[in-house]
Amino acid sequence: MLADAIARYANERVRKVFRDAEEDSVIPTDVVKAGWEIGILPTGIPEAYGGFGEYSAITGALAAEGFAWGDLAVTLNLMVPNLVAIPLMLAGTEAQKGAYLPQFCDEAMPRMTAALTEPRIQFNPYKLKTTASLAGESYELNGTKTAVPLADNAKFILVYANEDGQTQGFLVPMDAEGLEIGKRNKLMGINALPTFTIALTGCQVPVENKLGGADGIDFGLILAHSRVALGAMAVGVARAGYEYAREYAKERVQFGEPIAHRQSIAFMLAEMATDVDETRLLVWEAAWLLDKGKDAARETAVMKRHIDEMVVRTADRAVQILGGYGYIREYPVELWLRNARGFATFDGLAIV
Amino acid sequence: MIDFELPEFIKNQNQLIQMVAEQAMRPYSRDLDEHEHERPQAFVEMTWPFAQQMVKRDLKGLEIALNGRTGQNGNGAAKSAPTKPNYAILSLIMMIEQLSWGDAGQYLCLPHPMLGGAAIQSAGTPEQQIRFFKRFTEGEPKWGAMAITEAGAGSDNSSMRTTAVLDPDSNEWILNGEKIFITSGGLALEESDGVCVVWATVDPKAGRAGIKSFVVEGHTPGVTIAKAEHKLGIRASDTVTLHFDNARIPYENLLGSAEVRQKGAGTKGFKGAMKTFDSSRPAVAASAMGIARAALEFTQEKLAEEGIAVDYTKGTHELTAVERDLMEMEARHKGAWLLTLRAAAQMAHGQSNRLEASMCKFRAGEAVTWITQKAVELLGPMGYSREWLVEKWMRDAKINDIYEGTRQINQLIVARAILEYTRRELK
Repeated sequence: MLADAIARYANERVRKVFRDAEEDSVIPTDVVKAGWEIGILPTGIPEAYGGFGEYSAITGALAAEGFAWGDLAVTLNLMVPNLVAIPLMLAGTEAQKGAYLPQFCDEAMPRMTAALTEPRIQFNPYKLKTTASLAGESYELNGTKTAVPLADNAKFILVYANEDGQTQGFLVPMDAEGLEIGKRNKLMGINALPTFTIALTGCQVPVENKLGGADGIDFGLILAHSRVALGAMAVGVARAGYEYAREYAKERVQFGEPIAHRQSIAFMLAEMATDVDETRLLVWEAAWLLDKGKDAARETAVMKRHIDEMVVRTADRAVQILGGYGYIREYPVELWLRNARGFATFDGLAIV
Repeated sequence: MIDFELPEFIKNQNQLIQMVAEQAMRPYSRDLDEHEHERPQAFVEMTWPFAQQMVKRDLKGLEIALNGRTGQNGNGAAKSAPTKPNYAILSLIMMIEQLSWGDAGQYLCLPHPMLGGAAIQSAGTPEQQIRFFKRFTEGEPKWGAMAITEAGAGSDNSSMRTTAVLDPDSNEWILNGEKIFITSGGLALEESDGVCVVWATVDPKAGRAGIKSFVVEGHTPGVTIAKAEHKLGIRASDTVTLHFDNARIPYENLLGSAEVRQKGAGTKGFKGAMKTFDSSRPAVAASAMGIARAALEFTQEKLAEEGIAVDYTKGTHELTAVERDLMEMEARHKGAWLLTLRAAAQMAHGQSNRLEASMCKFRAGEAVTWITQKAVELLGPMGYSREWLVEKWMRDAKINDIYEGTRQINQLIVARAILEYTRRELK
């Protein structure tokens, strides 16, 4: 039922605006509002914290694929609050959950985001350059983050930083001293989603704002959940490209018959369909492991690399099948290729 | 509901088969590969009791179904009982994977109806199934086989020439022709009282509509083995050419409907052959995945002994070429295996799986070919050496990219299905 609501939203709302949103670098507020009102996040938050459900990575994966089929930038925008809510559920202390989770069950979209990515070639979420060091009653954060979605409008940013070689999370309020929101990023794709570079210079954060309390978090688990979400979104993007190319190939007539009558085209479509199904199963299996409380760090690392390549290959084939039209911005497939290429760098940019 | 949990009985079965693979298959792998056409005695002796149990279980299910249908046991509840998933196919798929992890060539010599059984299940009546399967539950080991390919009819099996003509006086079918590439054909017909399902046309002018399947039993006069192939891999398994020279078989050995010659009967016989593929293609995919897992595990183990293991927490820029290869091998193995399990699960739930069966087959054949070739490469001179089994697994693997429909014919089936095209529209 949830999946139906998402499919309808993706088709009837998102697909109507996604091209203009990309060109204008802005998503209409009513589209974001309607997406938030479907209520994916509150259904995953327990009643004790104001929600009405139980968290499931599989449900999240189904939702993420459905949304991302509509548009990736819109999906990432809708899922920004999850970047804080789900790590809180997975790793927060009782006090942190009690204090923050109810805010995610409000009618209005909560203004929370997270910062993981760093602006350098050798980025590895397990080996961050942004540092956190304990000094008395507060942590001091230093470093630069990039691709922080909706940072300009946030109340809190969950900043990941390196504390003694471990990746830990810190809830940084916007008025924290030493936090500066920099320029909006200009990216290859997902331009409808505002993301920012932020600077942390001697930024002071109260000790109780460390996610998971003194013991901190198992970052691998959070990353595994994020990779399930991104994997599911990549499947959604790939499926969009596959379906569009399939319908195009059946309609486009050359030499007196649809180009899909040719094996060179039909076999590409068969590979695309198989890639989509195969990677969806990989995502679901990893999600299922996580829901069973298993550690899926290895599975999700393997899956992520595989899917990152699959989505580019599939989007590229869609462009190829459309030929010259595939290269034209009147058609959606060139945008899907640009968005697809992003998955290899989007580590940690979504979680469901 | 999305659930990847295996039923408990399958987990137990896996442990048992793991033991068979380690004790009765792996130690003989090299020797059987070097001595083509020798029989895997240890494997046959160890698995015959187990295979008999499997067939007994199938027969029991058939008898219950038959009694329920005719009301002989008065158990009316059977008709209205909610249908539970039939895990037999899933259990079979798991068994094939595990046995192929042991040795894919020896696995094909399992004393069991195998592919012939799949054809009998797809096209035969319950009574026929009981009649042909009973021999697999008693006496000496027996084998099953299926003969469909001809020299001029490979992927295009509708153009087969082997004929079946009814002799009204004796009420027997008379088979004439030649079939090639028959797995375990010698074991089934010459070395045991097994069965071989032979596809033949009762009316060469009728095309697909004339094609029917017939069960030929072991030691039938007029059936001879014309040739035993020498192959790239799976050398423990015999692959033969069968010659039919006025071979007479009972009328009742025709599978399925007796009304074969009626006009407008459609292509039911041919469709029976095609339906066999719905279960045989996931079975081939499972065999492929067993070899892939063997190669992957062995490569990981040998590299680990040299201090080379994948660090799954590395960033893209830090991964070595070997780590990238190993991760991709893992992903492609897992992906193709999940596609295989999906096709099997659909069968267990009585759902159509034509598309998914072809999908898993072509993807698994492709994956195991690539994974085993990669394994030989990663292990360097030792990978290429016949001291280890990796090079043999690479040779064994390739058959999965070919039999039960080549990668390309399965891609064609997938393409037609997703495009909703006929054979004429997409050639």
